Amino acid sequence: MKRRPLATWLLYLVTFFGFAYLFVPLITIAVFTFNKPKGRFNTAWQSFTLDNWRHAFQASDYLTAFGKSIQVALIACTIATILGGLMALAISRYKMKGGPALDLLLVLPLTTPEIVMGASLFTLFFNQSVRRGFWTIVIAHTLFCVSFVALTVKARLRGLDWSLEDAAADLGSPPLRTFRKITFPMIVPGISAAFMLSLALSIDDYIITSFVAGNTSTFPREVFDSSKITIPPQVHVIATLIMLIAVVTIVATTVAGLRREARLKG
Amino acid sequence: MARDDATNDAGRRDGRNLPYLLVLPGIAFLFVFFVVPLITLFKISLSTKPDRLRPEYDFTWDWGNFSAAFTDFGSQLVRAFVYAALATVLCALIAYPVAYFIAFKAGRYRNVLLGLVMLPFFTSFLLRTIAWQSLLADAGPVLSTAKAFKLGGLLEALQITQNGRLINTQLAVVGGLTYNFLPFMLLPIYVSLEKIDVRLVDAAADLYSPFGRTFRRVVLPLSMPGVFAGTLLTFIPATGDFINAELLGNPISRRVIGNAVRTQFLNQNDYPAAAAISFVLMAIITALVVVYAKFLGTEDLA
Repeated sequence: MKRRPLATWLLYLVTFFGFAYLFVPLITIAVFTFNKPKGRFNTAWQSFTLDNWRHAFQASDYLTAFGKSIQVALIACTIATILGGLMALAISRYKMKGGPALDLLLVLPLTTPEIVMGASLFTLFFNQSVRRGFWTIVIAHTLFCVSFVALTVKARLRGLDWSLEDAAADLGSPPLRTFRKITFPMIVPGISAAFMLSLALSIDDYIITSFVAGNTSTFPREVFDSSKITIPPQVHVIATLIMLIAVVTIVATTVAGLRREARLKG
Repeated sequence: MARDDATNDAGRRDGRNLPYLLVLPGIAFLFVFFVVPLITLFKISLSTKPDRLRPEYDFTWDWGNFSAAFTDFGSQLVRAFVYAALATVLCALIAYPVAYFIAFKAGRYRNVLLGLVMLPFFTSFLLRTIAWQSLLADAGPVLSTAKAFKLGGLLEALQITQNGRLINTQLAVVGGLTYNFLPFMLLPIYVSLEKIDVRLVDAAADLYSPFGRTFRRVVLPLSMPGVFAGTLLTFIPATGDFINAELLGNPISRRVIGNAVRTQFLNQNDYPAAAAISFVLMAIITALVVVYAKFLGTEDLA
């Protein structure tokens, strides 16, 4: 009989602790949707109620701000995915002059602390007398997503077989059709993953946004700026709903994946 | 046949500029909104502010802002770097085993576990930090459990609590940072572990290498790019972060460099001072990253 070494037990222990660490706050948020807060803060447990779920959409400032966040994220991430995806495609598909310089330009925004990026954009808009608001937020979010998308997609594109494109061309396919039928389907998983992750980054950004937002409120701004004044429990309900959607999506895609696997085997 | 070659060649020639056309919009965007603002910020850091109450400034090659950044904000800088370094080390210590488990032990549940690791991304990080406020609060679940088991004295002796409090301590700030950046450390490590050819590990075992040595000589070196990327993705944002310090810390630990930049910019309107602090922060980070890259040697971030 094989004895499990101490290292294995340690591995299980840390893994368990790691997942607990990740999830305890999430569970706390979900639990606090059932809290009946005393006063303006929903941070100390008082008593059980379903009111927050019944009146889930009454925290209208937060809902408006959340809508703004979604708008910003969709526009910024679409632009970032196009710009970044094209760059990744060019870098990994073709031999280019100035490749290292381009790599540096892509890495730098990721190694610049958010606070510096926010400050520098602030000075740009201040100097050009640009009124800060919705579109300056979109520009800022596009900026930190472009590098992220480009590098993620680049990593995914490495190792793809580009000779398929040549094969299509040899068989007389015009370039646009080759792109539509061969290149696009090859790169689409990497690009959509990058798009999803950049959406999450954008919706969650507070630091850069606080520099370029002017009077426009996004969801994180609304939460942070009012966290010292009031946190209504509906905020927790909104967050829990989003989390539920995410969990359902993860479970559904996993189940679909396992089914497909089973079908291929069987 | 000959005609085919000709069209192919023509296609190649037309396509020669294609990659440059593809990267042009991205480069233009990064130039206008990243390079130009950084240069502007640098210029402002060398400017003086004639009127204390107005935000306007004059460019005067005034290096004084930089020495002022060190003398006035030195403690904020040190504090931010210490918090970030501690959080990064803790992240690596937790993330590596978890990533290892998911990559090698999770079997068919691998994707579910990966999805679960990403789940925090779908909840506002502010709300998660506020959740820590509830958890660590004086009457919160952690402290009341500890009290029920009469562990209060032990926690105090281990300096986990200060004056019987968990919230508003430096430890809470480091714990919050560790929590917030854990997925950013975990995912790159997982990616590099997953790429490892298991046959290498089997080969080492076949050659009678004990597990510890196989790990040290085969697995760990091959996963170093992931640790490197994860460290950067954790350490750099953590140095500039002020949310955790603000929501979980006390009035002293709240004073980190990110907060200094923000207050100088948005409340004091002292742009030259704020710009100088930003560049000092960036310079230190760049220096640390260069040294770190020399030791861990990898050119690949992604």
